[in-house]
Amino acid sequence: MEIDPFIFRLSIFILSIFIGYYVVWSVTPSLHTPLMSVTNAISSVIIVGAIIAALAGNSENIFNTSSIFGFIAIILAAINIFGGFLVTQRMLQMYKKKKDKKK
Amino acid sequence: MISANLAAIFYLVSGILFILALRGLSSPDTSRQGNYFGIAGMIIAIVVTFLSIGNFSTSLVYVVIFLVIGGAIGAFIAFKIPMTAMPELVAGFHSLVGLAAVFVAIAAFLNPSAFNLGNVGDIKLASLIEMSIGAAVGAITFSGSIIAFLKLRGIMSGAPITFSGQHILNLILGIGIFVLIFYLCRTQSTNIFWTVIIISFLVGVLLIIPIGGADMPVVISMLNSYSGWAAAGIGFTLENSALIITGALVGSSGAILSYIMCKAMNRSFVSVILGGFGADNSTDDKKEKKDQKPVKSGNAEDAAFLMKNASSVIIVPGYGMAVAQAQHALREMVDKLKKNDIKVTYAIHPVAGRMPGHMNVLLAEANVPYDEVFELEDINNDFANSDVAFVIGANDVTNPVAKTDPKSPIFGMPVLDVEKCKSVLFVKRSLSPGYAGIDNELFYKENTLMLFADAKKMTEDIVKNLD
Repeated sequence: MEIDPFIFRLSIFILSIFIGYYVVWSVTPSLHTPLMSVTNAISSVIIVGAIIAALAGNSENIFNTSSIFGFIAIILAAINIFGGFLVTQRMLQMYKKKKDKKK
Repeated sequence: MISANLAAIFYLVSGILFILALRGLSSPDTSRQGNYFGIAGMIIAIVVTFLSIGNFSTSLVYVVIFLVIGGAIGAFIAFKIPMTAMPELVAGFHSLVGLAAVFVAIAAFLNPSAFNLGNVGDIKLASLIEMSIGAAVGAITFSGSIIAFLKLRGIMSGAPITFSGQHILNLILGIGIFVLIFYLCRTQSTNIFWTVIIISFLVGVLLIIPIGGADMPVVISMLNSYSGWAAAGIGFTLENSALIITGALVGSSGAILSYIMCKAMNRSFVSVILGGFGADNSTDDKKEKKDQKPVKSGNAEDAAFLMKNASSVIIVPGYGMAVAQAQHALREMVDKLKKNDIKVTYAIHPVAGRMPGHMNVLLAEANVPYDEVFELEDINNDFANSDVAFVIGANDVTNPVAKTDPKSPIFGMPVLDVEKCKSVLFVKRSLSPGYAGIDNELFYKENTLMLFADAKKMTEDIVKNLD
């Protein structure tokens, strides 16, 4: 009997939870705020679904009901992607060691 | 146009890049590189999606336009936002992830064939369950984050809003969602799908309103986790491994942060969720008695004198520092002290501020080198050997009551042993209790000098007096 592809996705999911568990515990507490902003940015990879939805409209009717939801989701996710990565970058630039100080 | 298999491999690559992005955060040195990995992963995921659809029609132009609009808004916010407002920003961003998940789920429900999920009215059972769970969790994340945002921003009072039967109502609504999803699977009814989403919005609001301001670090981590699970739910629907991996990473990340925050407050996750903390007035009579106790208060001159004659100073920042925007003045003060060969370090409690790591970011913004900043367990033994503890805007996290009074609501919470210092300087606007609503014994200790003023103003005055 063939294995349902769902099981493979479930396996990826469960294993990723474990990876997440160990990776996140190794994050230094002083970087917990950037951790939150970067997880925010990467979870916006949901834009993939938004793009599919937006492009599903046919050429005569680009903005049908379902693609409109896709287009709005693109804006929301894009705000998050750009905002999330850039604000993380801005924060990380500020973390400096003593020796890096301009004297 | 690329094949589905090739696309899947690229999605896996971007998932791995996201793992590396989080991995980079294990140290500030590698963190910037990690962020680039994350950006690369995102670019791969988006480009591959375009290529795999291969529909380069006019709608693609609109997609790019919308992407640029969103991107511009995001970039604008990222550059403009003051570091003190990070908790609100993160809460706001969570709400967007949640809403995007809801919209993608709606789009998939209305046009399932675009996602290979079957046809309208005949959506594959597994997909239907996945998308409705994704939509429900997304909706809870959205409305919950909005409430958290309003509370953090001060638009809504941080005080818990409770009413009788609240938890039972939440329970009924929660069960209701599951029952509706069950019927949705049997009937494929659009109306039920909308109802699930609307109830979920309501649950999100009801979940967050009873939680008080002091518990915000937990709430914000929890919503972080939810946004991950919502993304994962959509990932299952879209059969997209990048989304599944990311959702799992973010979900467990938020869960771990919530756990760390709860532990740092010695509270169980359940009690935080049930809320109402900081609302009880049972400590009122105790407070009245203590108000009669003598308090030593001083001015900037006294503080400057004490610190000048110290050989080591530990700074304990808290949310009050963020509110007063005192981090830059603080840094100036520390520079002056260092010039006098005084050893200065910073002690940070895990729940100082309104989100995990909040204080660290603010100090980093003020150019404080991160190797002078220590976490609770690394520095707590040093207080006994230090001359001065400078508490600025922190309160509950220094309260010795947590160690001595089993009746106190914060008993058992790990606190900074500030009172072991030879002398304690406590910058605070008044004697009012902190978010936990309890009096701080530290105010009345023999070796404590209260500096009643705005944190920024006091620090600036001390700087003047250090010359």
